Amino acid sequence: MQVAITVNGVDHERDVDPRTLLVHFLREELDLTGAKIGCDTSQCGACTVHLDGKVLKSCTLLAVQADGADVTTIEGLAEGGEHHPMQTSFWENHGLQCGYCTPGMIMASAAFAQDNPGASEDEIRHYLEGNICRCTGYHNIVKAVKQVADAAAT
Amino acid sequence: MSTRIFGSGIKRREDPRLITGEARYTDDIKLPGVLHMAVVRSPYAHANIVSIDSSAAEAMDGVVAVYTGEDLDLAGLPTAWLIPDSDLKTPEHPALAKGKVRYVGDGVAMVLADDRYRAQDAADAVVVEYEELPAVIDPEAAAQAGAPLIHDDVEGNIAFTWAPFDKEASDEAFAKADVVVSERILQQRLLPTAMEPRAAMAQFNAATQELTLWCTSQNPHIHRFIISAVTGLNENRVRVIAPEVGGGFGSKIPCYPDEALVSWAAMKLGVPVKWTETRSENYLITIHGRDHVQHVEMAASKDGKLLGVRATVYAGMGGYLSTAAPGIPTILHGLLYVGPYTIDSVYCKSIGVMTNGTPTDAYRGAGRPEATFLLERMVDNVAREIGMDPAELRRRNLIPAFEDGYDVAAGLTYDSGDYPAAFEKALDMAGYDDFRQAQADARSRGRYLGIGVTAYTEMCGLGPSQVAGAVGFQGGLWESATVRVTPTGKVQALIGASPHGQGSETTLAQIISEELGFPVEDIEVVHGDTTETPMGWGTYGSRTTPVTGAALAHASRKLKDKARVLAAHLMEANVDDIEYADGSFSVKGSPDQAQSIQDVALMAHLAWNMPEGMDPGFEESQFYDPPNFVYPFGTHIAIVEVDAETGEIELQRYIAVDDCGPQINPEIVAGQIHGGVVQGVAQALCEGVIYDDNGQLLTGTMQDYCMPKADMFPNFELGETVTPSPHHPIGVKGVGETGTIASTPTVYNAVLDALAPLGVDQIDMPLTSAKVWGAIQAARS
Repeated sequence: MQVAITVNGVDHERDVDPRTLLVHFLREELDLTGAKIGCDTSQCGACTVHLDGKVLKSCTLLAVQADGADVTTIEGLAEGGEHHPMQTSFWENHGLQCGYCTPGMIMASAAFAQDNPGASEDEIRHYLEGNICRCTGYHNIVKAVKQVADAAAT
Repeated sequence: MSTRIFGSGIKRREDPRLITGEARYTDDIKLPGVLHMAVVRSPYAHANIVSIDSSAAEAMDGVVAVYTGEDLDLAGLPTAWLIPDSDLKTPEHPALAKGKVRYVGDGVAMVLADDRYRAQDAADAVVVEYEELPAVIDPEAAAQAGAPLIHDDVEGNIAFTWAPFDKEASDEAFAKADVVVSERILQQRLLPTAMEPRAAMAQFNAATQELTLWCTSQNPHIHRFIISAVTGLNENRVRVIAPEVGGGFGSKIPCYPDEALVSWAAMKLGVPVKWTETRSENYLITIHGRDHVQHVEMAASKDGKLLGVRATVYAGMGGYLSTAAPGIPTILHGLLYVGPYTIDSVYCKSIGVMTNGTPTDAYRGAGRPEATFLLERMVDNVAREIGMDPAELRRRNLIPAFEDGYDVAAGLTYDSGDYPAAFEKALDMAGYDDFRQAQADARSRGRYLGIGVTAYTEMCGLGPSQVAGAVGFQGGLWESATVRVTPTGKVQALIGASPHGQGSETTLAQIISEELGFPVEDIEVVHGDTTETPMGWGTYGSRTTPVTGAALAHASRKLKDKARVLAAHLMEANVDDIEYADGSFSVKGSPDQAQSIQDVALMAHLAWNMPEGMDPGFEESQFYDPPNFVYPFGTHIAIVEVDAETGEIELQRYIAVDDCGPQINPEIVAGQIHGGVVQGVAQALCEGVIYDDNGQLLTGTMQDYCMPKADMFPNFELGETVTPSPHHPIGVKGVGETGTIASTPTVYNAVLDALAPLGVDQIDMPLTSAKVWGAIQAARS
């Protein structure tokens, strides 16, 4: 099937097997391998992207369902050569170790902090339930998200 | 230098590529013409293979080939830890099963197709007829007479019996004791769950006979010689590359069938072959951890002197012996039974049992968490039995501070420790005495608070190679490193270890910067490629900072010695008059005359004006074999509240005081502790593999297996003491596993402390609300 998807501001048209998951489309067709695959039951959130401005686990959607959509992946989050504030905050706060959950974690957190300025630590921890990290124990991830959420509130 | 780089929590050198999605993990790497492998896996835990019909699969679009175990000419996968004095049996482990399958997920056939979806479709179309056999999962049950026999050449399913201690001395210690407490402890199976599933891709050049294998490995040099052994290729024709690796926790140490299969298929077909595990597949086939049934006893005097500990351990090995499996419940377990206490008598009989579960092997802590848990559990049981506060009982039995060597009854020599200092600091941070009052007040109001205290030490920084040999490890445990400085004064440090999330590119650069004065931004640490890096045994056992770090410190010091002589020559001064500070060499008394380390590096490369007998270039290597293990230690405390009506547990506070010697990067140390604690707490509270009676894995996805989430935890309260290792060039100890080792008993004991007034004294882990509620109900009735 033909699909036309805008990814990180670039229009892509492809003929895809109808069963192709969006995450495989991004990774295999477009070689945007920032979105990771960490489970097969939509628990881990490593594949999180933004689709038309909303947070989405890209393993839960077929590429054909994203026809006409505007997708942002971790590769497209930085603007004008500057890291997004959430990328900077993860770096400054040691919010990552092996880095595998990080693209999804940053994509989910970036949208959350923007929508929830001044979010409490409890709210952040609750929100992050959809993104699993095995390395950091979440402590520094929560700190990183809080720093950006606090900045958004001022 | 304005601020000292050693000891500073600088940002990690690895992060720019990770936070932008630019890092390339194995599955991210593309090769033209690659075929995808899917493996047909047994749906039965134990069965004879009657027939395999691959004709339908072979006829499908895009399918290139289907192979079964009979088609392979690969040697079996080796077991590489041959523990002595144990009557060890090492049953054959073929890359694809022949005749019989021994766990759900055991590979039966491999399919190669032009796309990963089509490969999986074709794998589903391979028809295998099985004759199902009775299965056994519980290791104690598998060791009993009449249990289903899993390997014909492993009688009674007993792969080994390891009991190196003096049984009579142990019996005497127990006979003299006022008090003996006992418990049957279940160390449940756990799923390591590195967030990146395993993956492997192989490419073979028939003309040069060179095989390149990209794979998710913690130890590419070990993978190289195992792949060399199973394929028959010369080791110098095998290149293993561990690109970015997304966590391991031990699960990426072993060489699995899948790495051998892609290598073999790439050689057979002459095209690259790739395989990437799904998470469900990962839970079936990548090693599991723990799986002990332990019968434990502790002896004590009635006034609180701990006299002895002993245990019989049934350790589940699963369907085959994984690479390092026999060493985990033995060498890395029984030798740790003394912990930080003055216990004079230890005995451990560890029985390795084949079962129809997934093979087990090293999982974060590997044997030491299982030892620390049983020890700390029994200390709390003694405290309860003799009516002494558990913190006070620990205080009375801690080994006093020592700086250079302390021999313990289990046969180890601890390097250094000040257990009382860490212990008192943790108790202060927790406000232990005040808590006991608050706890009593809460109980009077029908609320159940509990506190758990764990004092621990552990053996890591593996380790002296002579010891490795003596305990049957089929390798050395040294590391090597090269510090290479370019003519323009930039550093490449080549290491044989293979970090995969630990931040070692940063930590190790900080060591070199400290030693030689190069800015940390000018130091690149290169790892994970057997062709680019010198030999090393890998990243596990909290060994990369202590062992590789020591190699780098020594190599740097050799360079500094050379630089000093060259600088003296260039400044026409006596070497003895050269002073060094912050990367600059100057002549005593004339500070205006100076040569920076970069100047010296350039002059060494140019070699226009060298001292008599000095070789050109600016590069040094070091092989470093540690003279002893390192023994980090500390005290962890958890405070919990249990809702007696629902059985739910709230972890309210977690305090960790750890001593890993001088901290090179305190933020990285803290991160290791945070992550380790969460993994250990999750064992206590929610993680656990469940099989049904037929050996079917019921916790086969992340939907069913309880991975710890952010909202289960408070912010952690960390403290430290600093006791350098006396035998280490910079005094550091490992810290990768301490959190996991200490935290499971800490939280478990806190919950049982909360439940004590309700009459509950034992619950098998994990402490789910259903089990806690059930235990409360049972105690009330």
